[in-house]
Amino acid sequence: MSSNLTQALLELADDNLILGHRLSEWCGHAPMLEEDLALPNMGLDLIGTARTLYSYAGTIESNNKSEDDLAFLRDEREFLNCLLVERPNVNFAHTVLKQLYFSTFMKLYWNEALNSKDEIIVGVAGKAKKEMSYHIRHSGEWVIRLGDGTTESNKKLLEAVDALHIYTNELFFDTPNNIYFIKKDILPSRKALKSKWEKEINSIFKMAFVPYPEFEGELSGGRLGLHGEELGHLLASMQSVHRAHPGAKW
Amino acid sequence: MTKTTPLWEVFIRPRNGLSHKHVGSLHASDKTMAINAARDVYTRRNEGTSIWVVPSISITASDPDKADENFEPSEDKIYRHPTFYDIPEDIGHM
Amino acid sequence: MYSQGLINSDTQIEESQEFLDAFQARIDAEEKIEPNDVMPQAYKKMLVRQIAQHAHSEIVGMLPEGNWVTRAPSLRRKAALLAKVQDEGGHGLYLYSAAETLGVSREELTEQLVTGKAKFSSIFNYPTLSWADIGAIGWLVDGAAIMNQIPLCRCSYGPYARAMIRVCKEESFHQRQGYELMMSLAQGTEKQKQMAQDALNRWWWPSVMMFGPHDAESTHSDQSMRWKIKRFTNDDLRQKFINATVPQATFIDLKIPDKDLRWNDDKEGYDHGPIDWAEFWNVVKGNGPMARDRITARKKAWDEGEWVRDAAHAYAEKRRAEKIAAE
Repeated sequence: MSSNLTQALLELADDNLILGHRLSEWCGHAPMLEEDLALPNMGLDLIGTARTLYSYAGTIESNNKSEDDLAFLRDEREFLNCLLVERPNVNFAHTVLKQLYFSTFMKLYWNEALNSKDEIIVGVAGKAKKEMSYHIRHSGEWVIRLGDGTTESNKKLLEAVDALHIYTNELFFDTPNNIYFIKKDILPSRKALKSKWEKEINSIFKMAFVPYPEFEGELSGGRLGLHGEELGHLLASMQSVHRAHPGAKW
Repeated sequence: MTKTTPLWEVFIRPRNGLSHKHVGSLHASDKTMAINAARDVYTRRNEGTSIWVVPSISITASDPDKADENFEPSEDKIYRHPTFYDIPEDIGHM
Repeated sequence: MYSQGLINSDTQIEESQEFLDAFQARIDAEEKIEPNDVMPQAYKKMLVRQIAQHAHSEIVGMLPEGNWVTRAPSLRRKAALLAKVQDEGGHGLYLYSAAETLGVSREELTEQLVTGKAKFSSIFNYPTLSWADIGAIGWLVDGAAIMNQIPLCRCSYGPYARAMIRVCKEESFHQRQGYELMMSLAQGTEKQKQMAQDALNRWWWPSVMMFGPHDAESTHSDQSMRWKIKRFTNDDLRQKFINATVPQATFIDLKIPDKDLRWNDDKEGYDHGPIDWAEFWNVVKGNGPMARDRITARKKAWDEGEWVRDAAHAYAEKRRAEKIAAE
């Protein structure tokens, strides 16, 4: 039954890679020079975590795959990231809000993962938890300033909440495959993190004058490989060079 | 013309035991953003363990025109330095 | 790098021959000039011009390489390239700060860039057309930049020299990552080799031109050397670059696109073929293939970022007002 730890690791790795990729799209186009340095810093943290997780996934269960095989040679349907991380950047409000949602979740997740019986996961968690703390601080401070800044920035932030909040419920989805590893104390439960996450987001939303969204419902499917249309374009770009030269070394 | 974002001076302590040293400057709208930016701009290669940011306008500098009267008077006070005093070599290190 | 209080105070002084000689004597004695020192207006002007141009080049330089960040063919290369492009932004920031010590604000400098008034290195007006261009830029463009930048660490103006020390320290990985990338292509498949050679063919001459016109035609060169802003002539640096680069190309079996290139025993350096100065001046004048796109991209980022900067200002303003009200 252990044959699906790969899947569980890919979910985590894909989340990190895709969001890291989205951040890298900002490089050279940020609202100020200081942010041209800050956004890649967060992107590099996420890409780094993705690499460790892919490398681990590639070595278990006689997969014998490299990090690049996993990142560059899988199709849309094989990517298991949640939908939130693949959402396009749109503008700075979308970007920092998405970052706040994700890093708040991942900090809670990695904090629990410190108790995993899998040493490699514990190692990743120890490093990534600290990185997520900074991402929360950076994106949270921005969310507060956009919310409590000008009428225009407040409006743009509210639009971003409206566009993105519906994707957040998927963060807490434990796939049947993951439940097996949760029971084995290898992975933490995502579902269990929801109330803490809501509390933390709410406390930042209060400072940003953003009413916590009341609506029910969710958009999900990423963990099953059912993505939005945007992911295909992201992958087409990301994988183009690698795939144009089969077997080549870089 | 766009509004100007305040300038901040950044000081980093490379490691505990050393004092904070001026490393450069950056622009930020307030102190929290300045600390974050300093972290992202000036500590990407393990440069430090602590950061200070100071609004540049808060620094008071000595007047360059008064450099002579400020600093030259100390030049001839050589009796403030240990080498001014002759101690026989036999005494050893003192 | 210094507070407004420390920024060059713009004191109007009579620039008598005596004053200019005394200033020159300080320079000759290798004394560093600091922001609040009195300095000839022409010295200040030359520095602002050069530092701003240098800073703009770093900022615009993010774009051609940024063009491939999302397509890097391995995760290792992706991380390295993202970190490198990020560094370029940092270097622009350090240099803008150095220019600010001379009394020009970041906003003024940015306005110059986005309105197309500023000059920047013409090399960035060429497009990056394949992944190998990333290797060629790191190897050749950063290689050429380093030749220029290392002597600038000893430049007579303190803040510029200090910024350059930081830049050079950080850049030490840039050229290596470019050459290593090129090497992996040159030792790769037939298609990869072709890609590498094609990139070298396109980037060689623009890199050689990066050092600027021949010494005889270089307008600011003499004064800049006298004031020790610049320490070597354009042709000296160009020669050093060619001498260093030719064996590196040979080592990875790539051919430099110059049929006149040959070793000259007498000068212990390579002779090279004629440089196409018509192309150089054309690109300098803003007719490079990507010139308009580069400015447009920076203008777009600046304009679209305005509401974000405004929000940060408004927030800071509110907190200040609250603090005053509470006192």
